[in-house]
Amino acid sequence: MQNQLIVSVSPHLHAKEDTANIMWQVALALAPAGVAGIWLFGMPALKVIIISITSCLLFELIIQKLRHTKITIFDGSAFLTGLLLAYNLPSQVPFWIPILGSIFAILITKHTFGGLGKNIFNPALAARVFLLVSFAKYLTRFTQPIRNIGEASYDTVTQATPLMAFKETNSIAISNWNLFLGNHAGSLGEVCIIALLIGAIFLLVRKIISWHIPISFILSVALLDLLTKQNILFNILAGGLILGAFFMATDYVTSPLTNKGKIIFGIGCGVITFVIRKWGGYPEGVSFSILIMNAAVPIIDRYATPRRYGIVKSLKSKV
Amino acid sequence: MKNLIREFTKGITIENPTFALVLGLCPTLAVSTSVVNAVGMGVAATFVLLGSNIIISSLRKAIPDTIRIPCYIVIIATFVTINELVMKAYFPALNLALGIFVPLIVVNCVVLGRAEAFACKNKVLNSIFDALGMGVGFTLALTIVASIREMLGSGKWFGIQLVKGAEPISMMVLAPGALLTLGLLIGIIQFFQKKQKKLGCHDGCK
Repeated sequence: MQNQLIVSVSPHLHAKEDTANIMWQVALALAPAGVAGIWLFGMPALKVIIISITSCLLFELIIQKLRHTKITIFDGSAFLTGLLLAYNLPSQVPFWIPILGSIFAILITKHTFGGLGKNIFNPALAARVFLLVSFAKYLTRFTQPIRNIGEASYDTVTQATPLMAFKETNSIAISNWNLFLGNHAGSLGEVCIIALLIGAIFLLVRKIISWHIPISFILSVALLDLLTKQNILFNILAGGLILGAFFMATDYVTSPLTNKGKIIFGIGCGVITFVIRKWGGYPEGVSFSILIMNAAVPIIDRYATPRRYGIVKSLKSKV
Repeated sequence: MKNLIREFTKGITIENPTFALVLGLCPTLAVSTSVVNAVGMGVAATFVLLGSNIIISSLRKAIPDTIRIPCYIVIIATFVTINELVMKAYFPALNLALGIFVPLIVVNCVVLGRAEAFACKNKVLNSIFDALGMGVGFTLALTIVASIREMLGSGKWFGIQLVKGAEPISMMVLAPGALLTLGLLIGIIQFFQKKQKKLGCHDGCK
């Protein structure tokens, strides 16, 4: 009888937020970007999203059966991993790319570390980087949107992403307005900035994510661009920075706990993104930067501990 | 005789240098991109291990305790040099593929580890069997890691194309593939060892 009573210290508050609730809210916040992606890139985009989500759920079910743990495929975490993985892929990838990515995300990145809540790296991002390194020819072949917002529609035409074009020619051939609407080649969920921002505002208003990581991430990229005299708005709107900053870097499991830590994490992501974009071999560095900072999270958490309530920093104390 | 067999088999099973002792990881991770390289590395390391173990074991009373490590290194380096020259003369392609990791056998933890932990305390015959067991264990482990990496990473095994038209996962022949393969293999081995201990209750039981 005694074991059934859990008595903790006050205040006794009850919130209806649990893992599943939060996961589904994030999925809802990502929905506009998905709709925009499907509208821009057509049926192939929908196919990638469906395959990715289905295979993530399936592998989650299989691994949880094998590990004899509770089956939690409906808590939304595997669904979200699949959704984010799809958003990070070009729409024209072969069908087995999202399946292989799901295997890597669920089996290697998530469950070898012990499952949800114990994974060091963001599963969707790790899977994307795995696919990018292994199958570069599929992951770097982007197509122009089949229909543009406010313009006539096209057939499937291969096109470089704005960042790839910038890396090669060192000049910007696209207006900020088109970048904002998503009228350009890119991963299917990252192109339509306006749809992503709608979702981001929803999450910020519902207090599911805090502003610390995305704002420090984006501001540090902007500041470094300012210092090196680059086009700030282009570097913020092109590529996966908005998707990464608001939806991937803020993953609860793989980001620091304290606000101070979150800002350090965001700045680190921003600096690494900038360095990869400017000097690296790849045109885009958001996914790498978040993964690298994921690895640093335990150290950040150790050094960014909050001051305990009531304790005054002694003048003589040496840290 | 039973004793000698145990010295031999322990290097392959319970004291496997790669999977149980986790020694000599640099060559394991670096040259296991193909099975040919792995076997070449394994044989080369086994030769050095055998030679150094014999000499160190027979000189174990002559070597002063305070400067034993430099003495071991000199003996090991001798065999590595022999090994390198032979390889350059007869297997130039393999030597090119293994590159810097051939001279680096000098500092291979397995070789120095066996000298320090076994050869300097045991008779020559025991040391020979220990070196052979460790060498075979090391070669086997390298071959297993390399097989997985070569099959997944370039769709081949021993240089033979396995499935036509399948896309190889090129990350597996890069550095992350090595770490992933080794980590997962050690994990799987630990899993089965724990399971076995639970069932049979051997010497690990308390």
